[in-house]
Amino acid sequence: MMNRWLIAAVLFTAFGIASGKEAAPLADDPELEARTMQVASELRCPVCQDETIAVSQAGVSVDLKNQIREQLRQGATEAQIKQYMVQRYGDFILYNPPVKTTTWLLWFGPFLLMLAGLIVLYYTLNKRNKTMALPVGRSDSIVQPASSESRP
Amino acid sequence: MVPELGHFALILALLLALVQGVFPLIGAARGITGWMAIARPVTQGQFVFVAIAFGCLAYSFLNNDFSVSYVAENSNSALPWYYRFTAVWGGHEGSLLLWVMILNIWMVAVTVFSRRLPEPIIARVLGVMGWISIGFLLFMLLTSDPFDRLSPIPANGRDLNPLLQDPGMTTHPPMLYMGYVGFSVAYAFSIAALLSGRLDASWARWTRPWTTIAWTFLTIGIMLGSGWAYYVLGWGGWWFWDSVENASFMPWLVGTALMHSLAVTEKRGAFKSWTVLLAIFAFSLSLIGTFLVRSGVLTSVHAFATDPKRGLFILVFLSIVIGVSLALFAWRAPKVGMGGSFKLVSREAMLLSNNVLLVVAASTVLLGTLYPLLLDALNLGKISVGPPYFNSVFVPLMAPAIFLMGVAPLARWKEAKLPELAVRLKWALGVSVAVALILPFVVGEWTPLISLGFLLAAWVVATTIVNLRHRLRQFDGSLISRIMRQPRSYYGMLFAHFGIAVFIVGVTMVKSFETEKDVKMNVGEVATIGGYAFRYDGVTEVQGPNYQALRGTITVSKGDEVVAVMHPEKRAYTARNDSPTTEAAIKGGITHDLYVAMGEPIDPSNIMGAWAIRIHIKPFVRWIWMGCIIMAIGGLLAVFDRRYRLPLRVLDAEGAPEATVTRVAVPAMGAAPTSSLKSRNT
Repeated sequence: MMNRWLIAAVLFTAFGIASGKEAAPLADDPELEARTMQVASELRCPVCQDETIAVSQAGVSVDLKNQIREQLRQGATEAQIKQYMVQRYGDFILYNPPVKTTTWLLWFGPFLLMLAGLIVLYYTLNKRNKTMALPVGRSDSIVQPASSESRP
Repeated sequence: MVPELGHFALILALLLALVQGVFPLIGAARGITGWMAIARPVTQGQFVFVAIAFGCLAYSFLNNDFSVSYVAENSNSALPWYYRFTAVWGGHEGSLLLWVMILNIWMVAVTVFSRRLPEPIIARVLGVMGWISIGFLLFMLLTSDPFDRLSPIPANGRDLNPLLQDPGMTTHPPMLYMGYVGFSVAYAFSIAALLSGRLDASWARWTRPWTTIAWTFLTIGIMLGSGWAYYVLGWGGWWFWDSVENASFMPWLVGTALMHSLAVTEKRGAFKSWTVLLAIFAFSLSLIGTFLVRSGVLTSVHAFATDPKRGLFILVFLSIVIGVSLALFAWRAPKVGMGGSFKLVSREAMLLSNNVLLVVAASTVLLGTLYPLLLDALNLGKISVGPPYFNSVFVPLMAPAIFLMGVAPLARWKEAKLPELAVRLKWALGVSVAVALILPFVVGEWTPLISLGFLLAAWVVATTIVNLRHRLRQFDGSLISRIMRQPRSYYGMLFAHFGIAVFIVGVTMVKSFETEKDVKMNVGEVATIGGYAFRYDGVTEVQGPNYQALRGTITVSKGDEVVAVMHPEKRAYTARNDSPTTEAAIKGGITHDLYVAMGEPIDPSNIMGAWAIRIHIKPFVRWIWMGCIIMAIGGLLAVFDRRYRLPLRVLDAEGAPEATVTRVAVPAMGAAPTSSLKSRNT
């Protein structure tokens, strides 16, 4: 028996081509598994250092993955599952922080900053152009002409 | 004995740093030539002592001196010698020593490559860098001494973290630190300029190559880290937006802004105070990054409290550096001149707008990284900020920046005419829109994000080509001679921008079209994915120097041809009780990578039986790193531009002092071709 496998293995290697019985997917239902991992990849493992539940091998994460799978099987939506997780672990578990009063700054800050930056830039440049249109004042006085540079 | 020598060398280095920080600065302020003149020798002396300390720590590691607490924590006698060496920077204390070592390398580089600079400038630059060195040496000596002894001496060390036992450890941290710390030179030049009140075009020209080379190192450092994470963490991600990565990305973004802003300051004398501010920000973010990572505050606010001495030192040091710099800026910057005038539609204005976008992007990363800490500290609840957040805010910030990146190099300085720009860009716009609409269908699927990715990449490539064509047209002669006559810094810009396009293609493709399969594989079974057949041929036990591994064999074929035999591993490190590490097997290629990682045996008692195996096909993932390498090549080209060497040659030929040198200066990157032609002929 063992020999036959060995011969088969040698033959495989000799011919090299990877043919054989198709391996079974790890999950019984690969489509469900993909959805599970999708949800799990946006949730943070509560006990690890900055890892998603999808990636983490910690006991809690495995447990939570099972929960997600089970709830998806029962027809729960992604939002419902996340809500369930938040009830148990708080907002901490969401890698995508919810938009609420305490996170307004987080979510809208970048865009406000961009807007503010561009507006300030626009006004500064406008003002600068107006100032520069005036006869040269003392504004440039500190700039040394390049040729004056030498050892003191 | 050797550790004590190292410790003593650190103390001497600190004393020299104090001399370096005090006398040259006072000398420059008072015009005392002798005090300024000690800057160089003292700096070089400090370098020697830091190098001795570094050597002592390396010696302790290589000789397994477990009486040194840091060695015992991060090494083991079974660890191969090369990892014992890299373990020098495998933990907190040694990382700081590496930081100081690299700071000293940069300082010595300044003493060597800045011979032509006026003495007061060089004295101030080295003086400022001396203070940075003082901060770090004090931090090490007071709170994080790598040479502390242990009693009783353990029989063996706890070993280096298995994830760090990797070739990536030899290159990634040093490169990254070369980048981080390299920004200290630009920072020191800026502070020196503020101190002296002389902030002019030549200041920008001195600062530029230092900034560009630091940026190049940082780009490579980040790339190496990304590539390392890709194969060592076992799930094939290349960027996780985790706080440590963010810490390196923030200085990169601001450093990129700084490079561009310096270009304008050198060429047009404008944005001076903004450029100085950026230099301060870039280095402050490097400092914040280093300390955020090192202090452990990121994993939890409470880590700060477990070692209040370190945390307090960090806070005080950061406040001093940033506070003093900004105060100096507020005091001096208003006196800085305005430089050349320009209109709202001009290359200057576009570069400034892009500067704003890059700085906003960096602020966003900072906000996302610190926000959970802030909320927690204010007792407003615990939240997590992860990839979904960063992806959704980053794309809208970066898309306009990349659009402008295509336009700005084509726009004229001072005043660009919109109709003229439109004519030049018409073709590029047409091509990129066509690519965005059609290419996604060709490669598989049309979604808005894929289309946007292709649009931006095609836009960058097309505008680069338009730029080159337009530029070459302005010169006479054969095509070859015209190509040869362009300055290296011009090609540097084209390369760096082209690298961005390659990077975007990589990100778009791998995000949209990666496929994976988790399978249960018995020996001889096959998993088919993306036209490849992966056959599992069993595991063998392999004895490593300090680990035991189970090494799988997976034969991959496509059609009738074997394309690869792959060996993913599971490793258990003897001296550590951590869970086994995963060594993915990767068969790389230009268009896609095959990526195989071992999971767990299905039946833990029968490792020769079926295993859970994860197979990925990652299209174009290598383009992400290729893009970074192309960007870095662009940086190198810019640094080795002839004009930085020109003054030296003039000096050699004429034996002339600096005064002549500065007048010979050739205009900056992207200068109007005719004028650069002229100045080359002078």
